[in-house]
Amino acid sequence: MSNLKKLALDIRIETLEMLSKHGFGHVGGSLSIADAIAVLYGKQMKYDPKNPKWDGRDYLVLSKGHCGPALYAALAIEGFFPREELLTINQLGTRLPSHADKNLTPGIDMTTGSLGQGVSCALGMALGLKLQGKPNMVYAIIGDGEAQEGQVWETMLIAPNKKVKNFIVLLDNNEQQLDGFTDTISNLGDIRKKAEDFGWFALSVDGHDVDAIDEAIERCKASDKPGFIDLRTIKGKGWPAKEAVLNNHACRGVAFDGVEDVLTDMRKQFAAMND
Amino acid sequence: MVNLVKERMEDIELTKAYSQQLIELAEQNPKIVDVEADVGNCIYGGDFYCHFPERYIDLGICEQSLSSVSAGLSAVGMIPFCHTFAVFASRRMCDQNYISCAYAKNNVKIVASAPGISSGENGGTHHANEDIALVRPITDITIMEPADSAAMRWAVRNAAANFGVYYIRAERLKSNRIYEDDTDFAIGKANIIRDGSDVTLIGEGSLMVNECVKTADYLAEKGIRARVVDIFSIKPIDVDTIVKCAKETGAIVTAENHSITGGLGSAVAEVLCDSFCAVPMRRIGVPNRFGEVGQPAELQKLMHMTYQDIAEAAMTVIKGKSI
Repeated sequence: MSNLKKLALDIRIETLEMLSKHGFGHVGGSLSIADAIAVLYGKQMKYDPKNPKWDGRDYLVLSKGHCGPALYAALAIEGFFPREELLTINQLGTRLPSHADKNLTPGIDMTTGSLGQGVSCALGMALGLKLQGKPNMVYAIIGDGEAQEGQVWETMLIAPNKKVKNFIVLLDNNEQQLDGFTDTISNLGDIRKKAEDFGWFALSVDGHDVDAIDEAIERCKASDKPGFIDLRTIKGKGWPAKEAVLNNHACRGVAFDGVEDVLTDMRKQFAAMND
Repeated sequence: MVNLVKERMEDIELTKAYSQQLIELAEQNPKIVDVEADVGNCIYGGDFYCHFPERYIDLGICEQSLSSVSAGLSAVGMIPFCHTFAVFASRRMCDQNYISCAYAKNNVKIVASAPGISSGENGGTHHANEDIALVRPITDITIMEPADSAAMRWAVRNAAANFGVYYIRAERLKSNRIYEDDTDFAIGKANIIRDGSDVTLIGEGSLMVNECVKTADYLAEKGIRARVVDIFSIKPIDVDTIVKCAKETGAIVTAENHSITGGLGSAVAEVLCDSFCAVPMRRIGVPNRFGEVGQPAELQKLMHMTYQDIAEAAMTVIKGKSI
């Protein structure tokens, strides 16, 4: 499992390096979802970086598309494209736009950016694979702020009704959204219970514990219902100064002050993991 | 080649033609799925269900998902025909059609039934008078409005055979056949269905193309030779035919079952503008007002969309040629 922790740290390092290089990006949510992405790409998902369109692959839809940087980091680390390319993020002509785009980036399975739509597209993919009798899994990552979108709740209702069991939704429940705390803007309440009531096999786990995430995915796969994993996360996880402040959704300019110290610490930790 | 029917023949409902053609295609191609949001029964969806229950996906009343789930289905190789009423297929699904379907370059066929005033007694909430205006600016969406069942069958076959997002307007009112079954249609190609040299009437959809034909008959009695064009492909639009007609007849009237803002009339005006081809022109269609309950024929009168209205506009533009 230390490999998954190492991968998660590598994702965080690459994410902060690419975003701080140009002084813009969605830092908070990229850092909060890094561990789950590490479990998916480090263990759970089937894929071939040399053949991103391999039809035996499992699919991931990053419905909270603004956290593309964390996913790009994982894809580069796993060999879908060169790591150096990460530094081209958000530059005119790049293959790595702020929000995930399946037509630009090798390894991205669905274009997202308008919240609520990605998870719905993922449901369609799972339905289509089921119709074709294929075993591929479809994963979707949504944000807790995103879960305020009505379209998310259409998916919550449809997936169990259509008995789509090759489908797992991971909720990055970092309790914050652009304008503030989720519970003061529009509280999701007991989201695990709500998912269960809708007919999902629903679990709530520490979203920064790679072992717990991995086990939760295994349990969802063993269930005969679509899986829903409420990842209890911290927005900005791994950058202590960002963890402590509310306004960490998208950072620009001076908001990256201090990032070099964070990266230095992370690189030291990473080196220690190699020992 | 365009092969016109020789004598008047009542057509079947275009939604029936759609359903029959989709079933024929689904028999040959296991990738075709019919995706519905609870109004499938209004366009003979039950027929598809009887043939292919596993490929009839009724999501319930959730048009946003109708569009995005269809995008997802296509991303794993299925060919979804997703249907709802035109009001929902455009206004309700606009961002999903844009992002999940078009921007993401997925392979979704959006079928929008009961456009314009044809929703009749369902009233203003159900009159899709702006759907073309909402869909037309979205990059890479092909918009077709078949004017009869032969055109509808071709549109469905073409949409199934070619990758990309299609928006097909499907009239529910019965009308007359225009084309023989062996007519060759083309995306981006309008059809001249009656020749004339004094004015060109450009119509879209069965309701207004047939109204244009009636107008041409009426004008003929007055010695005016009106050319009638069925635009068929609203996007891409047939620039060459529009410019040719403008040059040869010197005056144009458009007739659409849609608002005169942003639809066929606007598209034709854009063509004339971009082609330095200024001719007198008038747009017939729903004026800048909301719909209301009524029989379609009553609404047609209320909205000034009858053959008399088209004829009056034709006389106006013909007079305009000499100004």
